[in-house]
Amino acid sequence: MASDGGVSCLRRSEMMSVGIGGIDSPPLDVDEVHVLAVDDSLVDRIVIERLLRITSCKVTAVDSGWRALEFLGIDNEKASAELDESSSFRQVPVVIMSSENVITRIDRCLEEGAEDFLLKPVKLADVKRLRNYLARDVKHSNGNKRKLPKDSPPLTLSPDSSDSSPPRSTLSPDSSDSSPPPSTLSPDSSDSSSPPLSPVEIFSSPLLSPLDDEVDDVLTSSPESTPSLVRRQKMRSPGLD
Amino acid sequence: MELVQMQKSLQDYTKSLFLDGVLDSQFLQLQQLQDESNPDFVSQVVTLFFQDSDRILNDLSLSLDQQVVDFKKVDPHVHQLKGSSSSIGAQRVKNACVVFRSFCEQQNVEGCHRCLQQVKKEYYLVKNRLETLFKLEQQIVASGGMIPAMELGF
Repeated sequence: MASDGGVSCLRRSEMMSVGIGGIDSPPLDVDEVHVLAVDDSLVDRIVIERLLRITSCKVTAVDSGWRALEFLGIDNEKASAELDESSSFRQVPVVIMSSENVITRIDRCLEEGAEDFLLKPVKLADVKRLRNYLARDVKHSNGNKRKLPKDSPPLTLSPDSSDSSPPRSTLSPDSSDSSPPPSTLSPDSSDSSSPPLSPVEIFSSPLLSPLDDEVDDVLTSSPESTPSLVRRQKMRSPGLD
Repeated sequence: MELVQMQKSLQDYTKSLFLDGVLDSQFLQLQQLQDESNPDFVSQVVTLFFQDSDRILNDLSLSLDQQVVDFKKVDPHVHQLKGSSSSIGAQRVKNACVVFRSFCEQQNVEGCHRCLQQVKKEYYLVKNRLETLFKLEQQIVASGGMIPAMELGF
């Protein structure tokens, strides 16, 4: 079943704190982010991996939501017990990638807590833009990165006025946010008093019920299986039926 | 053939693919991702696309040949092919997939068969053209030359 992909960005120390062991790589730079990319299409995985590497991200690419959970060290059986609203995974920004170009769907993803929405095929400029504000976000992360809907900063959806270009969403972080001073990196982010770091996760949008419009296809699956579920109690595999 | 001539041929050939709509700007995006550290990126991705697509087209043929066509199986394949062709800039394949999906939605078996033929036609065309393009590139490199950057004046 074709679905899309996602990318998750974790700082190395954050990854260690959530119990992902056996990572055999040199220590990351403080500004380096580790992105977890999820996409069931091999071609798309290769492309997004390259796009991210070229923008100085460390990348792990997996082919399914299940493997993403595996990578994050989330045991699906224990998920409802382990994951709750205060889980550090809540701090993981999620970016959706989809070929679907439906505003209501895009809005829905953003309302559900996605950080951003990238329309496929993904371009270098998209990833660069993402990388820029993620680097800024990560430096200035506060304790509760992902807000509840009522606290969400205003999001701007900026449809491109030209017919041929699809609308692209932009996230405008609320600069009036009362954030604490930039967080210092601490290897022990299980310490609840230190502000958690801001990993990023990009998921391709899961499939929806068929609603083809003229230009873009829509995907087919239950709307309930949204990528943000990776951080919720209900553990259905993101992006899969 | 002289190196300069080969380079010009490559440029003209590549340009023709864009003018014919066989490739779109996403292919240029892929080329941007190629550099000295990843000198074969484009051909690697495209090769994967070919392998993937061969498999999908095979599955599609089988699915459509069933007594009772299961569109729940057909549609995801077409969606996948649409996605990967879009990702490499194979515009005509992608467009053919879009049409294919609308026939899937209508559960129109006859229409789907026709669409499959059209997708195959476009796919073999882009495959053929890209293989030629890569051969031209290889000849240039083998002669000690550099692949010229794509002129974007069209």
